Amino acid sequence: MNWTWFHKLGSPKWFYEISGRWLPWLACAAALLLVVGTVWALAFAPQDYQQGNSFRIIYIHVPAALLAQSCYIMLAVAGAVGLIWKMKLADVAVQQAAPIGAWMTFIALFTGAVWGKPTWGAWWVWDARLTSMLILLFLYFGIIALGQAISNRDSAAKACAVLAIVGVVNIPIIKYSVEWWNTLHQPATFKLTEKPAMPAEMWVPLLIMVIGFYCFFACVLLMRMRLEVLRREARSSWAKAEVRARVEGVR
Amino acid sequence: MKPLRKKRLYIVLAILAGVGIAVALALSALQENINLFYTPTQIANGEAPKDTRIRAGGMVEKGSLQRSGDSLDVQFVVTDFARNVTIRYRGILPDLFREGQGIVALGKLDADGVLVADEVLAKHDEKYMPPEVTKALKESGQMSSAEGAK
Repeated sequence: MNWTWFHKLGSPKWFYEISGRWLPWLACAAALLLVVGTVWALAFAPQDYQQGNSFRIIYIHVPAALLAQSCYIMLAVAGAVGLIWKMKLADVAVQQAAPIGAWMTFIALFTGAVWGKPTWGAWWVWDARLTSMLILLFLYFGIIALGQAISNRDSAAKACAVLAIVGVVNIPIIKYSVEWWNTLHQPATFKLTEKPAMPAEMWVPLLIMVIGFYCFFACVLLMRMRLEVLRREARSSWAKAEVRARVEGVR
Repeated sequence: MKPLRKKRLYIVLAILAGVGIAVALALSALQENINLFYTPTQIANGEAPKDTRIRAGGMVEKGSLQRSGDSLDVQFVVTDFARNVTIRYRGILPDLFREGQGIVALGKLDADGVLVADEVLAKHDEKYMPPEVTKALKESGQMSSAEGAK
């Protein structure tokens, strides 16, 4: 197997160039998918027979919750790469992805609470799914706080990577909480192995929203990482040249 | 892979395995406490404590709902298709409450094994359906028992 692409990732300059080429495509895809998905979901998808229009919250809730968990898995993988191969870019990814993941977790919890009040009759219930999702939010907060609190960049990277790896045991707990225990939360909407338990005119816009959220995440993450790479490489000649070109291009 | 990297990889895997095992042990020890509610079978077997607030969950049995004529008192039977528990409640039921629907009730068991609830939550499943489909299914008689009681 050819590993050159992996070792190339260790070079901030190479990352900056390649991500600059991907970014416009990702941004277009994200904007297109999110607009199409939102209009379809809010205006054209049929109502649910029991919940009426309030079920439409799944078009935000499910993608945000999926992304919050995928983002944490990505943090743990990046943390492991950073610890084992001492790749600086992995630490950049951990630090820059954590706030996005925290926001996605918050959105999932918030939309769930808004939906839960009319549907279940309660804003919040201490069931296994909701509680493990709250723990995920606190794990994100922990990683952000740890990264900010330690001023030495290498120690901060190591501490955040270890916390990210340790916290990843929470992900299977979130995933299977609805199967292992009696919870108020319903089982998964999307499963890889089965068709979703709803008609196509309901799940197709949901799928579009999910892919749109992932593109949006990739886009925002790359933008944040590029900025951070420039900041960290501020003394190198290619970064200086890049910033100068940008500034002069603006004038 | 270089030996040093391999060593670090093993350390990372060891941390992950250690934490995973610790959490798995803790969760299996807490197994009973993490369940949000007791099923009617667990209550019938005496697994639910008396005189403390517990949650009971299951399907509302069809035809079991009795409303009082002059107050908000309701009484219904919750089943897991093996055993039943009678629940008494005073108050407004959530929108989704209907016979055949999954619910979770909070309250105390009295001496007769009746749960006197002070809160009733409706449980929703992961199935969504447009109203026209429900209507068509009902007309053709294919609607399962769970949705029939609307």
